[in-house]
Amino acid sequence: MVRQFLSTVLGKSVRGAMRLRGGGSALPGLVVEKIDPTYIARSLGQLPQGVVLISGTNGKTTTTKMVVELLESQGLSVFTNRTGSNFTRGVVAALLREVTWTGQLKADIAVLELDEAHAVHFAKVVPPTHSLLLNVMRDQLDRFGEIDHTAVLLETIAKATTKSVTLNREDAHIRNIAGKLSDEISVSYFGLAPELLTLFPNDESLHDQTNVAVSTIPADVELVAFHDHMATFAFDGSNHSTDLQINGIYNMFNAAAAIACVRHILGDAVNTMALMASLSAVRPAFGRGETIMLDGQPVELVLVKNPGGFRLGLSSFSPEKYATMIAINDNYADGRDMSWLWDVSFESLRNNQREFFIYLSGIRAFDMALRLQYDDVSFKSVETDISKALHGFLTENSDRPKRIYCTYTAMLAIRKALSNYTKVRGIGV
Amino acid sequence: MNERSITILQLYPRDMNIYGDNGNVLVLKKRLEWHGFTPIVVEYNPGDPFPDDIDIVVGGGGQDSGQGKIQDDLLRIGPTLQNLAQAGTPMLVICGLYQLFGHFFETQDGTRIEGISIFDAETYGKSERLIGNIVTHSEEFGNIVGYENHSGQTFLRGDTKPLAMVKTGAGNNTLDKHEGARKYNVIGSYLHGSLLPKNPKIADWMIAEAAKRKYGEFTPRNIDDHIAKAARRIAMKRPR
Repeated sequence: MVRQFLSTVLGKSVRGAMRLRGGGSALPGLVVEKIDPTYIARSLGQLPQGVVLISGTNGKTTTTKMVVELLESQGLSVFTNRTGSNFTRGVVAALLREVTWTGQLKADIAVLELDEAHAVHFAKVVPPTHSLLLNVMRDQLDRFGEIDHTAVLLETIAKATTKSVTLNREDAHIRNIAGKLSDEISVSYFGLAPELLTLFPNDESLHDQTNVAVSTIPADVELVAFHDHMATFAFDGSNHSTDLQINGIYNMFNAAAAIACVRHILGDAVNTMALMASLSAVRPAFGRGETIMLDGQPVELVLVKNPGGFRLGLSSFSPEKYATMIAINDNYADGRDMSWLWDVSFESLRNNQREFFIYLSGIRAFDMALRLQYDDVSFKSVETDISKALHGFLTENSDRPKRIYCTYTAMLAIRKALSNYTKVRGIGV
Repeated sequence: MNERSITILQLYPRDMNIYGDNGNVLVLKKRLEWHGFTPIVVEYNPGDPFPDDIDIVVGGGGQDSGQGKIQDDLLRIGPTLQNLAQAGTPMLVICGLYQLFGHFFETQDGTRIEGISIFDAETYGKSERLIGNIVTHSEEFGNIVGYENHSGQTFLRGDTKPLAMVKTGAGNNTLDKHEGARKYNVIGSYLHGSLLPKNPKIADWMIAEAAKRKYGEFTPRNIDDHIAKAARRIAMKRPR
């Protein structure tokens, strides 16, 4: 108890000092992690409904936000690592913000987003009560090695989970984890109706589109149809349709994941009316399918981190009538390797005799330009400096809707630059 | 109109396809068109009949599971590839297939995966992963830029020469500054990125060799490579 108090005081003090300097979110967590490695386990161990861990390559942040809001719709008080700083120290930092000065966490349940490697580390310290595993795609291989290796990391998380594991039925790497778990763990699935499968190519079927396997495992929740912003989910023996605030078909599949996870956690206690009402109100997470209004025209930000995500983004949105910008950075958080751009087809952006323009920016703008050259896609400008590029993009297209595909650090730079033109929501740190 | 075709064989696109090595095939295909040829791309996967009349062979990197799936098949078609190589067919093999074009890959626990011995080279699995941007230099191709990501370390022997010498980065191994391999008209390399988009000289050399073999001559056309040049300049300045 004394230790809990001392670590809390120290962490909160560092956090206060950092905020005065306008500093980042990770340092207080780092300090406490160093001097008191079991702080996180003790703090989260108090929660009556335990800890939900969400991991996978794509969609973690949005899905976590959905699971949090869906659980809140069921009357639960939820602790989460909202800042998108999805490392263990980010969780500690979030804890330090939420706990009382005596180290008490006032919540019923924690919902945490962690990338695969950090999730494994975290699960060793705090075995999750429930886990939700989304997908395994090629992503920043320079950090994790290879896809098979990433799948093993997720399997380790599932094995450390104490009660329930919710899995993506349409991703073979994720689906196959079920066979590795003990019988005491409850397993359920979210999935897609067979006719939607081809819209979500995974890395394997990219090279072999003919082989889209239809699984015979029943899914607790299926995405069965969507149109514009309306999505229809099948669960509990009937179809449930709702409007969503979030762009992109992949986010509709993330919604299916979130519903399945919450149903798995709460079982028969779920109030479906409240659940669907809260799902329709979920706003996009920071930079994920977010729309900012500028001079009466939307500017849509689409975060792209890997070939799978980029492909889904391009197939989700029509470029017609839009001005499109693509901003590719190669900082550590983006991944330094540019190879992934060659695993995405940009043919849908071919604009011969079509009325839309493409602008390229970011540190690796010329890598993107080179990629487009080989897909016969013409572009209006290449400017590595993001604020200069954004200025041209916004002023030359003030009368039409705009869409920006960007890597993570490019998105941070774009949001910062956009705040000179209009009000942009803060990061929320 | 006198249609001149060049056929590219893509080795194991289904199982050896990570790291964007598809870009190499796309670049060859497009540049063949720009040089006035009709490109034909033939995919070869395990168990397929090996096609005749191949002018260029390209193969990529894979992860361990992919390598397991193609291993027996590669040994089966090894003699055919060896004949094509000796006859001067230009080939480009990256990472995993580069390793298996040597004598063997020895894993950390001592298991040897047999290769097809086109290169006089041996590869040993190590715990350290060699990852990051890399710049090498060859007399023939100038600076070569790319990205490496491998834990196997390759050592060349005999008449197999390195493709280039490392300027920044690791290359074949942590000891001798060699990157890649060359024998006949076969190039092996650890460089992704993909390799050919930012190194069009290598692509054009492969096309020239293929055209000379098939049609007796090659007259290059002017291709606007200013974007590739800008992308190279930036890539060379990026941190490891």
